[in-house]
Amino acid sequence: MSLHPPAKAWTYWANFLALCVLTVVTWLTARMDLGALSTPVALGIAVIKAALVVLFFMHVWESTPLTKLVIAMSLFMLTVLLTFMFTDYMTRNYDVLPPADHAAAAPGKH
Amino acid sequence: MQVTEKKHAQEAHDDHGHGHELAHHFVSVEQQHDAGNLGMWMFLTTEVLFFGGLFAAYTIYRYKFEKVFEQASNILDPMLGAINTIVLIFSSVTMAFAVRSAQQGKSKAIVAWLGATIVFGGLFLGIKYFEWKHDAQLHVFPTSDFNWTWAREKHSEGEHGGHGHDSHGPELKGYIFNSPVVPANYVESDARNPEAKQAKLFFFLYFSMTSLHALHMVIGFGVMAVIMAYAWNGYYTANYYVPVESIGLYWHFVDLVWIFLFPLLYLLGAHLGAGH
Repeated sequence: MSLHPPAKAWTYWANFLALCVLTVVTWLTARMDLGALSTPVALGIAVIKAALVVLFFMHVWESTPLTKLVIAMSLFMLTVLLTFMFTDYMTRNYDVLPPADHAAAAPGKH
Repeated sequence: MQVTEKKHAQEAHDDHGHGHELAHHFVSVEQQHDAGNLGMWMFLTTEVLFFGGLFAAYTIYRYKFEKVFEQASNILDPMLGAINTIVLIFSSVTMAFAVRSAQQGKSKAIVAWLGATIVFGGLFLGIKYFEWKHDAQLHVFPTSDFNWTWAREKHSEGEHGGHGHDSHGPELKGYIFNSPVVPANYVESDARNPEAKQAKLFFFLYFSMTSLHALHMVIGFGVMAVIMAYAWNGYYTANYYVPVESIGLYWHFVDLVWIFLFPLLYLLGAHLGAGH
């Protein structure tokens, strides 16, 4: 008697192939200058790759509802961390280091 | 489901030959498995937030110093990053097969697949070692040794085939990987350039994130070695393999972190091309 029937071996190889293709695609798109789109494209591909790993290698596709809830909570907490920290930094006007345009405006000066 | 749970509880109490397969405080092997699995995911939640802090720091400084972060990222080799991504994903495949062998109760196969995982994880760290060594030659370790002027000059020389000769004469050796000592005029140039501090910040984040990731891999090797020893002695069965599944989840998590580190660190400046 087995706790969980093991997944078919080819699903792991198919997942590996998909992840390799996506790695090459993200590398090729990064070499092109997509401007403002480059970060959304790179992160979009990373999210797809992460989803493939989580769903199939980590078996979340067939995990219990409670496990799925814990995963959703971890993503929620990460969103809270990033969103609230970012809204703070974007709405205040202080610098932690010399600003980037300092050098461009006055090269060679202190 | 309820019927099978009852059946297993019955079996566990009737036949103590199950040994360690079912602890007494669990109703069934299913419940035991799901509890162990949930516990591992709770741990991974803390890991998500642990790395999340570094990703938050990266996001904020990249937003503030966008141009210099792209130039600093361009120093890294996206080809090596991509190769390492595929190597690490392959080690995730071998790990997935280790867990699959555990589900089938094949002890020796667990040992073989975990061994393969350690080999490919080791290959990843080997490639990382040579990257870090190259980074030391470029003086991008975020220490007093850091020099942005030197890094940009040497990087563009390297891209134009300038390997093999060093016009500055490396008679003196620095303290990281015997990197050549930066001449005084480079140090002065960096002191006048506020961008040098911003680039140093990128490399501080780069080394923090990649070395924390590497540390996770090394810890994973240790845990895998222990699990291999248990598996070799036939400790895991098709009814009890939570430790194998847990190290699998851990290893895939390490893979997940790298899937995000690769575009954020290596690909950010890839569009700038060679010699920038």
